[in-house]
Amino acid sequence: MTDTPQSILTAHGVHKSFGRTVALRGAALEVQPGECVAITGPSGSGKSTLLHCLAGVLMPDSGVVTFRGTRLDALGVDERTRLRRSSFGLVLQFGQLVPELSALENVALPLMLEGRRRPDAAAAATQWLERLEVAQLAHTRPTAMSGGEAQRVAIARALVTSPDIVFADEPTGALDTVTGELALDVLVKATRETEAALVLVTHDNRVAAAAEREVVLRDGAIEAAGDGGPGEPT
Amino acid sequence: MSLGSVLLGVLADGPAHGYDLKRAHDARFPAARPLAYGQVYATLGRLQRDGLVEELETRQDAGPERTVYALTDAGREALRHWLGETEQPGPYAADELVRKTITALHTGADSGDFLRRQRAVHLDAMRALTRERSDAAEPGTRIALDHTLAHLDADLRWMEETRERIARDGTTR
Repeated sequence: MTDTPQSILTAHGVHKSFGRTVALRGAALEVQPGECVAITGPSGSGKSTLLHCLAGVLMPDSGVVTFRGTRLDALGVDERTRLRRSSFGLVLQFGQLVPELSALENVALPLMLEGRRRPDAAAAATQWLERLEVAQLAHTRPTAMSGGEAQRVAIARALVTSPDIVFADEPTGALDTVTGELALDVLVKATRETEAALVLVTHDNRVAAAAEREVVLRDGAIEAAGDGGPGEPT
Repeated sequence: MSLGSVLLGVLADGPAHGYDLKRAHDARFPAARPLAYGQVYATLGRLQRDGLVEELETRQDAGPERTVYALTDAGREALRHWLGETEQPGPYAADELVRKTITALHTGADSGDFLRRQRAVHLDAMRALTRERSDAAEPGTRIALDHTLAHLDADLRWMEETRERIARDGTTR
């Protein structure tokens, strides 16, 4: 697999073990700017571990992940945190909103951590809540929201910093089919509009079909693409 | 009787000629093969013979002569009956996917590889339908596409389970 110059994110030979459990054995992936890729595979195949390695949340035992040509392992902890805050967005299965904060505060939080002033951050957060049609929840806490509402707020929080790439781990996993479909639609549309790349981990074929490309993970490595699908670069 | 019933359903909106019926059918069932005119007129002929539709008038504007059909009371009753009647589920056992996988298993062929490639083909089809679905304005169109998507999804889940089962046991038993 060769590096294409346009790749925004690359991973090569990524290995990761937890104790005696090997989660990833040489996983490799490239993501182009603005592209939507689904990572699928049977449960226990290493999907979430790979996503966390790509997003710099976990560091691989060996192998290299690069973002815009910079190796994540070459960055210090603080630099990596700054990169994650400014360039990456993260959406998880259960939204993972801060329960003590309102929707507005949750969405404004990443901007304030970046050093933006409170009124600026609140104004940007309000815009995103409006865009995702949950402006009425601005002063509501996550515990008083439905699953679908909380997920929209989480999507707003992931996109408020205008990230280059959004990582989503089972973004519809906790929602019923119809609510999940709406949340997925919102996520795909919003990332497309902001021209952010989207990397989705899912076991749901319908979610995978919303992506432009699927990579299948099996036993910790990417499986070769089938004849019917997009070919794997060699 | 299915196409006949669908045409009765279109005529329930008001009288129409054959071309209107074809257009309405194709719009309601985007995943189905478009109706051939011959099929429409043959079906209308049967419905008329059975007293379920009647010729209202024959119009000739600029183009060819067109016969406008309308529902009769018997047609309305037949439609009501059809809508309320439950359908026989399946049968799904004769699906080519299943035939191929079982035969591969018996002959010792690599069905894992076949299933892997078939997954990509299925997901491609699902991707195209998903795009079509998100562009669809009509709720009816989305619902019809949902049905196809749900079947593709079921096929995919079956393929994944089968691969796991074969990898683990090497047999369906």
